[in-house]
Amino acid sequence: MKKFKRTVKHFWPMYLMFLPGVIYLFINSYIPMFGIQIAFRKYNARDGVYGSPWCGLKNFEFLTKTKDAWIMIRNTVLYNLVFIILGTVLAVATAIILNEIRSKFAKQAYQTIILIPFLISMVIVSYLAYAFLSTSDGFINNTLVKLFGIDKIDWYNTPKYWPFILVIINVWKGLGYNMILYYATICGIDSTLYEAAVVDGATRWQKVVHVTLPSLRPTIIILTLMALGGIFRSDFGLFYQVPMNSGPLINVTQTIDTYVYRGLIQNNNVGMSSAAGLYQSVVGFVLVSVANGIVRKIDNESSLF
Amino acid sequence: MVQKDRGFQIFANALMIFLVICVLAPFFLMLMSSLTDEQTLIANGYSFFPKKFSTYAYRYLLVQSGSVARGYFISVSITVVGTICNLFITMLYAYPLSRKELPGRYAFAFYLFFTMLFSGGLVPAYLMWTQTFHIRNTVIALLVPGLLMSPFNVIMMRTYFTTNIPDEVVDAARVDGAGEFKILFKVVFPMAVPITATIALLVGLAYWNDWMNGLYYINDDKLYSIQVLLMKIQRNLDQLRQQAQNGSGNVNMADLPSTSVRMALTVMGILPVMIIYPFLQRYFVKGITIGAVKG
Repeated sequence: MKKFKRTVKHFWPMYLMFLPGVIYLFINSYIPMFGIQIAFRKYNARDGVYGSPWCGLKNFEFLTKTKDAWIMIRNTVLYNLVFIILGTVLAVATAIILNEIRSKFAKQAYQTIILIPFLISMVIVSYLAYAFLSTSDGFINNTLVKLFGIDKIDWYNTPKYWPFILVIINVWKGLGYNMILYYATICGIDSTLYEAAVVDGATRWQKVVHVTLPSLRPTIIILTLMALGGIFRSDFGLFYQVPMNSGPLINVTQTIDTYVYRGLIQNNNVGMSSAAGLYQSVVGFVLVSVANGIVRKIDNESSLF
Repeated sequence: MVQKDRGFQIFANALMIFLVICVLAPFFLMLMSSLTDEQTLIANGYSFFPKKFSTYAYRYLLVQSGSVARGYFISVSITVVGTICNLFITMLYAYPLSRKELPGRYAFAFYLFFTMLFSGGLVPAYLMWTQTFHIRNTVIALLVPGLLMSPFNVIMMRTYFTTNIPDEVVDAARVDGAGEFKILFKVVFPMAVPITATIALLVGLAYWNDWMNGLYYINDDKLYSIQVLLMKIQRNLDQLRQQAQNGSGNVNMADLPSTSVRMALTVMGILPVMIIYPFLQRYFVKGITIGAVKG
């Protein structure tokens, strides 16, 4: 006790520094963690989060019984898998090619431009997509379709195109970010490895296969694991704003995040919405912890904690 | 050999130029349609090379529309105020975390990390902000939820402090009788300008681009930032489209800005970012590379 007092007396200015952050995290993150119990209650506005009557696992029943639940989970996981695989392959490929370019100026320019989509919000992205896809005056319907003499396509009411559209937009927006990550790793590869390869008479392709890719492997594994940890999360803007909340598309655009939002705001169904949210949080927690545990085994420096 | 390399360089550059075109094409289409004459737009739709140009949309935004000027004012204000507050809180949390002699710092580190692992999700957060703190339609809603502090940035800054600020410097300042706050702001902060600039950019970008808080908590048009304004216009468009299908509803076409005005508004929404980006590009890149694989 005496020691504790002495510690506080000596270090109080530093503890004081923690205070704003501690308060903010408490409100922004920890109170909602306690509020998650709402998933086990039958919510009514009068009694609030902590007063509404308990209802056991009733809110969770739909998760096993309805098709909606299966669709949103399937979409979230499958889209993420495609994003991770395609995103990684393309980012590694472009990073390797970027590294082979000799002109320093061109390298810099490519890198700068390809990162631009990373800097804009999903609302802006949705406007850009609309300029291409609008049924009546979108670029595709007005130019390409006219050119080839096909009927206009009603993009926002035709689900079959959207898996491709969403993947393309995701790649378009994220490529620069991922490319820079891998490119930075390539720049850090020991140049003597390449010199040794040249002495051995390696071709460009052999250098990529035997030096660059093996050197990138830890980064690829770590970033992929981290991404797998987030496989239950989705970018709300991409799946809600970009398809313009279009009803007919719901089977291919519904993810857990859009479900939670729709349930909460549009249908006022706090019970099911919070149950889906809790499910996402708990599975996400397990996945991130496992992913992080594996990453720490591989490379202690890169793990989250 | 040289001949072969030349061929490869052409191939590699061609590929990168193709990517650059793919990246820029949508922005070009946006810019062009914002400069297209409205009648031409109605007749021909969005086009890369419109038949008739017009600066009507921009003149309209400058002269007629108070909501855009207000949106800009709100966007700029929340970005500036939010970024400053965020940096302040981040730095205050990161500095003691970086001091090895501080007892109990692991508890504070865990308190921070845990929020990255587990989250209560939207529903409890939404109910708390609206029913306990009543932030609906206040400027707090644009500044605080989810944006005021990012654990990731704290870790980045802490790592920078531990690796780049020698203990001797801090110890020497203590011997000279400086308090911890004075050490942080007068000694440590000036040595940490690069990381502060990097984090400031990432935070500023997050504030400028945020529209989700507007979606959840704002429906008073006096508080629309430029992104929220764009989002709300799109919502009305959605409703209009659905009404056209169902044949009923209460959104009026005349209340919506025309296509060229909407595109001009989008241009305005990314303009500030595009203006500063080329100058600060290396800080963005640095922020990405150190942020992703922990500081």
